[in-house]
Formats: sequence, structure tokens, C-alpha cells
Amino acid sequence: MAGKTVAEKIFDSHRIDNPADDVHVLKLDAVFCHEITTPMAITDLIARGKDRVFDPQKIKAVIDHVTPAKDSKTATQGKILREWARRHRIRDFFDIGRNGICHVLFPEQGFVRPGHTIIMGDSHTCTHGAFGAFAAGVGTTDLEVGILKGICAFHYPKTIKIDITGNLPAGVFAKDVILSIIGRLGVNGATNTVIEFSGPVVAGMSMDARMTLCNMAVEAGATCGICYPDQTTVAYLWPFIQNEYPDRSAALEAFKAFWPDADAAYAKAIKHDVSGLEPLVTDGFKPDNVKAVKEMGTTAIDQIYIGSCTNGRIEDLRIAAQVLKGQKISDNVRGIVSPATPKIFRQALDEGIIGIFMDAGFCVTNPTCGACLGMSTGVLAEGEVCAATTNRNFSGRMGKGGMVHLMSPATAAASAIAGRIANSPIYNG
Amino acid sequence: MWDFSGKVLFLDRADINTDEIIAAKYLTEITRAALQPHLFEDIKLDGFQGQDDIAGKSVIITRANFGCGSSREHAPWALEVNGIHLVVAESFARIFRQNMFNCGMLAVELPAATIDHLFQSYAHQQTTVTTNLENRVFTIAAGDQKEDIKFSLTDFARALVETGGWVEYADSHY
Repeated sequence: MAGKTVAEKIFDSHRIDNPADDVHVLKLDAVFCHEITTPMAITDLIARGKDRVFDPQKIKAVIDHVTPAKDSKTATQGKILREWARRHRIRDFFDIGRNGICHVLFPEQGFVRPGHTIIMGDSHTCTHGAFGAFAAGVGTTDLEVGILKGICAFHYPKTIKIDITGNLPAGVFAKDVILSIIGRLGVNGATNTVIEFSGPVVAGMSMDARMTLCNMAVEAGATCGICYPDQTTVAYLWPFIQNEYPDRSAALEAFKAFWPDADAAYAKAIKHDVSGLEPLVTDGFKPDNVKAVKEMGTTAIDQIYIGSCTNGRIEDLRIAAQVLKGQKISDNVRGIVSPATPKIFRQALDEGIIGIFMDAGFCVTNPTCGACLGMSTGVLAEGEVCAATTNRNFSGRMGKGGMVHLMSPATAAASAIAGRIANSPIYNG
Repeated sequence: MWDFSGKVLFLDRADINTDEIIAAKYLTEITRAALQPHLFEDIKLDGFQGQDDIAGKSVIITRANFGCGSSREHAPWALEVNGIHLVVAESFARIFRQNMFNCGMLAVELPAATIDHLFQSYAHQQTTVTTNLENRVFTIAAGDQKEDIKFSLTDFARALVETGGWVEYADSHY
């Protein structure tokens, strides 16, 4: 009998039912909630007379998409979530002052562990696979059942293993790697599969970079992107798990249970050499349409957005600040930076990064999803072009009639200075 | 349970995403009914006439990877409140497909060649679909053309459709 992939091991340790050939009902370790997709689940549960939660300690909730509320409707969404969290004594509820982008905040709080099963009503939930968890975006009904029963149904996942090899050139980042993979697989290339990101390049990545990588797995259709938990994972989680293990090596040994077996069966195994990779940028309205930055160098831009669950982490801000230090952004562009959590905001302040952004001419916003999905803090007008460190360039995504080019924080910062899409000086290819 | 039958809206493009089905700016609504006028408002599709094309339609036939992108269940809800409960496509994005069944709606996948044939034979004329869930077959008809198309559906998926979705199923089974 063949060995198991990471996802197969997690499925086999969490399955409670198998109601159809390919339907597996799993027990959940955590249900994450935000104010856009959860209120409809809450009101529906109330309407059905089922206003209950399976375990208040395993439910984590945040107001992040539009915060502070921009109008009465978003205020109502926040109110429904806030009152529900109080009513059910959900202690890990993050409101104004403590709130940040869910896929950055929840890992930062230590809520994601190797081998966990996690759902959220948000497609970028795949981010949390960076810790060796099975984390999947779901719709509101799945979320509703997750809240009520602590379970979710999935198809047994086929896995694509992507062995990322070579040496990542200076100025080329996790964002460029994932864009190159999406370009290779296509937007539908990993539908209904899990991607295991393996190999020396991933092993050398920080947790921030691994989260960037896994964040965009869904852009190739994947249910989840998974990295193998290693010393880097243990180091990130150590403040939260130090009472659970005698030392770090014991934690690592325990986490190895969520490494794939050597003879695991994969739907596909790909080698992806990044030695010759250049900084990339998307063109058009599909994230698999990627080009080298140098091919897009005449593209004028109106707005730069640095932030989001893809690239709003401290490492991203540090890289952008390295490019922006002592520089001014073009008179023709509006620069917006949104640190993803209060902790990151504070770190960026302490490290002088916020000052660098402000001196360069950027507007600094509070942590929020805001502009990435065209809801607030940087919506585009018809015909405008945005260079963004976000994850989706769909038509209308950041505002009707707007165009979004996805890129790394280094490329975005360089583009802000140039007023057009440009390579950063960190890249010397 | 709905009857999954009626007039067909043909959407001749792959990769229609959930931002196109319902734009993010409407995610601040807290009732499904409020989504009704905004279905496909931002869709990139030549010749598409918005609400004029949507009105009176109960079935969508489209290409591959329908419903990709954001997990928003507002997308199937926007179809539901417009009276569209059946989508026939070459393939679906995972979350969107699961959302449809979770709401008691029906997502039918057919081979690319069959989808091609349906577009070539029917897309230019007023077409209706009549579904027989029991036999897992729908009849597609336009003018004097008519044929039966078989599809597959697991017993579990059928149970979801018949009980009206996953909440009632899960709460009674687990």
C-alpha cells in the first residue's frame, strides 16, 4: 500500500464519516470568521433556531475586511459579528485596535498548528497550509455548519507536489515564485487538489514567505497549499507551544508526523527551478497571465498598493522600505501602504519603516483588507491602473473598470518611484 | 426542492469568476434578495445584455472553471434570487460547486465535447431544459430540436439537493 501525502494523513486523522465515495466529513480544529461572510451564517442559524457554536475556544473571529466601518451596512455586519462573539463567549474576537487581516493575524496569534484542519469563509484560507495544516476556504453554508457542528465535508484531496529547486536570485521573492507557478499551472491547473510546496527553496524561506506562497495556491484552483513543518515552523510557533513540548527538537519530532511518506502517491510531481527566475507581474484579468517586469516597463500606473494577506507582512514592508529609502514616489502616482496587523504596524513604526513610506509620499492606512477587493481605502476609478502586492487581478476587483497588476513588494515600491512598472534595484538581472 | 428546469442563459466563456457573478461591493448586503439586481454586473462577455438576458432564465450553460476566485456564497445566492438553480458547465471551481449543493442547488458537469455541442446547437435560439433528477437526465429543447443529456450525481449530492442543503443534512446526521 502506497504511503500518504500530508493532506491524506490529516484527513485520515480527522475523518468522522464518509457519506459518499468521495466525500469525507472531517472534524475541525479551528473555524475562522470575518465580518463579510459570517453575518449571513449567523442570521441563517438564528432563522433556523440553531444559534449555537460547537466550541467557543475553537472559533476565532475578526473584523478585517472593512474596518473602521465605512457606512451603515458595514457597521451592521460588524455589529452582528460582535454581538454574536459576545453572546457565545468567543474570547478570540479581534475588534478595532486589535484587528488585522485574518490570514496574517491568526497565524501571528499562534492559532495555526501543523496537522490542523481549519476552515474559513474566505478563499485565501489556503495561506495557513504554510504551517503544515489543511486549511480551506469555504462558503457561508459550510462555515455555518462548521460553527454549529465543528465539521466540514471535503473531497479526498489529490496532491500535486512541486519541488522548488535552484537558487532564488537577489530581488526575486516568494511572490515571483508563486506567480511563476500559477503561470505554469493555469488558473484551473490545481482545482480540487492540494499543492505540497517542497524542496530547498521552500526550506530556506521564512514563515512570511511561505505564507505568501501558500496564499495564492487558490489562484491555481488549489484547495490548500502546504509546506512541511520544520525548524522554521517550530521557531515561529515556539512562544505558543513551549508549554506543550520539552524543547524545540521534541516539537519538530512531533511535527514530522505531518511530513509525507517517501512513497506517497501524487497526482503530479513537478520540478520548478527558480535559478533563472525574473521578477514577474500579471497582465490582464487572470492571475496566470504573467510576464517579466521588463516586458511591462512602459505600463504607466495611477496607484500603488502595498498590503493584503499576500504581502502585508513585516518582511514585505522591510523589502519595500529598502527600495523606497531616501526616494520620492512619482508625482503621477498615489501610494498606499497597509500593514496587515497592529503588531506589524508597531514593528514598522519602531524600525523606521513607516517614516520611510511617509517620506516617500505614501499614505499609511490601518490594517484592513480594504482596497485589495475594492471595498475601501483605495478603490480605483474607471480606466485606472494599480500596481498591487495583492492576489487577484480580476476585472473589477479593485473597482469597476480598473486594472490591477500583481507583483512583489520590491517591484511595487520601484514602480511607485518610476510611475510605471519597473524592476527594483535589488534585482540586478 | 426546486425543479431545475426552465429557460437557458448561455454564457460562452471559461473562468467566469465570482467577482463577475457578484461584485465585492455588494458583499455588505445582509439579505440575499438585495443581490438580485446585481447578478453579472461586472462580467466580461461580449454582447451580454445584463438583466435583459437574465430575466426569465432558470438554467445557465457555460464553459470550464465556472465560479473561480473568491469563496463568497453570495455568488450562488445571486443566481438563486434570480431564479437560477441549475448550472451546467464543463467544470466548476471547488468552493463554488460545493456552495451550490450546500444551498440545495444543482451543479452539473459535462464533457467539453458535450458542452461544445450544446453551444453549437442551441445557444443561438431560445432553449429550455427539463430536469429529471430521479433518472439523472435533462431534456434540452429548442424549436423542433430535442435531446436527452445524462449526467452523474452521487446519492449524497442528491440527498443535499432533496433536503434543501448541508445545514439540515449535517444537523440531522452528526
